[in-house]
Amino acid sequence: MSDGNVSPAPGFYRDDGPRRGLAAWMMSTDHKRIGIMYLAALTLFFVVGVTIGVVIRLSLLAPGKLLTAQHYDQAFTLHGIIMIFLFIIPGIPVSFGNFFLPLLIGARDVAFPRLNRLSWWLYLAGAGVIGASLFLKGGPLDTGWTFYAPYSIQTRTQVSFAVVGVFILGFSSILTGLNFVTTIHRLRAPGMGWFRMPLFPWTLYATGWVQLLATPVIAISLVFIFLERFFGMGFFDPTKGGDPILFEHLFWIYSHPAVYIMVLPAMGVISEIVPVFSRRTVYGYKAVAFSSVAIAGVGYLVWGHHMFTSGMSDTARVAFSLLTFLVAVPSGIKILNWVATLYKGSIQVDAPLLFALTFIFLFSIGGLTGLIIGSLAPNLHVHATYFIVAHFHYVMFGGAGMAFFAGLHYWFPKMFGRMYAERTAKIGWLLLFVGFNLLYFTMFVLGLEGMPRRYFDYPPRYFTAQTVSTVGSWILAAGVLVILGNLLRALFRGRPAPENPWGGLTLEWGTTSPPPAENFTEIPVVSNGPYSYD
Amino acid sequence: MPQPVGAESEARTGAAGAKLGMWLFLFTELLFFGGMFLLYAVYRSRYAAGFHAAAAEENTVVGACNTALLLTSSLAMALAVAALRRGRTRFSILAQAATILMGIGFLAVKYTEWMAKIGHGLYPDSPVLLQRSHGEVLFFGLYYVMTGIHGLHVLIGISLIAVTLALTARGAITAERATLLENTGLFWHFVDVVWIYLFPLFYLVT
Repeated sequence: MSDGNVSPAPGFYRDDGPRRGLAAWMMSTDHKRIGIMYLAALTLFFVVGVTIGVVIRLSLLAPGKLLTAQHYDQAFTLHGIIMIFLFIIPGIPVSFGNFFLPLLIGARDVAFPRLNRLSWWLYLAGAGVIGASLFLKGGPLDTGWTFYAPYSIQTRTQVSFAVVGVFILGFSSILTGLNFVTTIHRLRAPGMGWFRMPLFPWTLYATGWVQLLATPVIAISLVFIFLERFFGMGFFDPTKGGDPILFEHLFWIYSHPAVYIMVLPAMGVISEIVPVFSRRTVYGYKAVAFSSVAIAGVGYLVWGHHMFTSGMSDTARVAFSLLTFLVAVPSGIKILNWVATLYKGSIQVDAPLLFALTFIFLFSIGGLTGLIIGSLAPNLHVHATYFIVAHFHYVMFGGAGMAFFAGLHYWFPKMFGRMYAERTAKIGWLLLFVGFNLLYFTMFVLGLEGMPRRYFDYPPRYFTAQTVSTVGSWILAAGVLVILGNLLRALFRGRPAPENPWGGLTLEWGTTSPPPAENFTEIPVVSNGPYSYD
Repeated sequence: MPQPVGAESEARTGAAGAKLGMWLFLFTELLFFGGMFLLYAVYRSRYAAGFHAAAAEENTVVGACNTALLLTSSLAMALAVAALRRGRTRFSILAQAATILMGIGFLAVKYTEWMAKIGHGLYPDSPVLLQRSHGEVLFFGLYYVMTGIHGLHVLIGISLIAVTLALTARGAITAERATLLENTGLFWHFVDVVWIYLFPLFYLVT
């Protein structure tokens, strides 16, 4: 931009406290600074995760040339651990949630600012321990991100340290959830009843409860692995009477609800963007709000669908399958309501909406294929194939990942006080969209044809589809580069952003861009719902 | 200025907010222990005979003494909070000290119990234990893990009470600003409640 030398007002970026530079950030309890630091860390880990993903795809082009079988196992494990525990689970809540929850509900900060800072430190510590585990005795772990027993008990790779790292990350996640739930209960602005609260906080509220009530279960499961490796109690060892399937249960009792930790806040971001860019009140506000809570509630009870082939009674299988179908209903309600909001709206297709629409499209594919997997008979056919890999990448990347990009483009002007180049953002989106579908839709086909997941090699008949998928990964990576490059450039050279570039009506758009340290000079009084366009 | 802003938010959250946060934390603790109780339930139903044989080896009298100790410590903690609310700081300090002492006593008894078992060669993965049936192996594995993690919580509780004791003595915790002591009390009672379940599961139900 030609006027790149004009700087926006410093807002909360100005160091007012006794500290300067890095210390002023690391020691800050300002939710906005913590949110920005998380955002930087998440983006970094996302890029690392994508890079490993591209290397995995590259290896599949000619198995054995780039990675040995052992290195391949370690690569997909690391890809999973980074993407899941360091990027997508903390993801939207710690970045946009931290930055915007207080702004959206008219508060000056979260309920426990110092606890929030502790969460951030724990996140860094967890990431550090996982990072260190890669270089310690045994080398990077090769169990897959699920740490299934007996792999995780018997492997000589460095599982113990990695498990400690994930445990610490779990603590960080719990404290964030605790903080947000309390914040929403205690710090809503005067006049903001529950049903005048924007929908993103609603999803953060539901997510907070899932974080609180599910994360401890993986914490104890990880403790079991750790103790098992050092003391050998035999909880999951059949030779001592233990049962490895019990570990799978414990693991999924957390890790399925964790899917909703990843996707609920993403849905919240979409619920913020769709009304703003169609200039309409959200269709069926209460239905969207309650569906978040319903997803969180029912989401607890479906973990067994990961284990249909592991050995379970038929009664349990039927019950889990039924509940899996049930949890799709509130998701369907959300999709319907977003589309109904767009209907007859004055739609303006800027980058944030483009990403939001992509979320709706890709998440629908991910969700509907989820029903195929959730049915007992087809599950037998596609279990542990590329079909599953495709499904969860559509839900996680096509869902939560796209929402992350949508939120990034939507709130970028507010967070950094600068505008990005709209055209470049759209080019990046196009590359990402095309690359994504080439990469992952091909996997649906491969999976139906019987290609198992996590295999290092494959018969020649899969070669064409594997190649298409790998080429897709290059286009996707190019898209990510264009998108992030565009934003990085805007960070330094973008023209200053106005207070409210999109015409949003929620409270964050009433502050300066970037917001001042105290958010609001006076705590606003709320007298109507969040999206009063009509 | 970030620091005062945060402080103001914390002030607006208030004592009720801090209490809510503590309850939420206790929910997470409940589910953390829940994972262990789940294992216990599954293996007990699968190996009822082995569990029966192993539980018979626990010393019920020692376990009962420890239960009495921990329950009384909870009483002392409750008295400490009640006394502080009435402004009787000295009594509160004494009651907190008594809580700590009883907590230490509990851990000491637990230590001797563990040492006696280890002395008999009964510890996870030991040659003696692996000679026994699956049910007994798992029972003692669960015994060490569950009482061990519970003991760790007792230790954390003791440390927390040591902090509140010092703060009460320095006048930082008062009748008007008692939230930290109340929350510490909640934690201590939670640890106590967990033991109330552990005691019958490992000592009484044979």
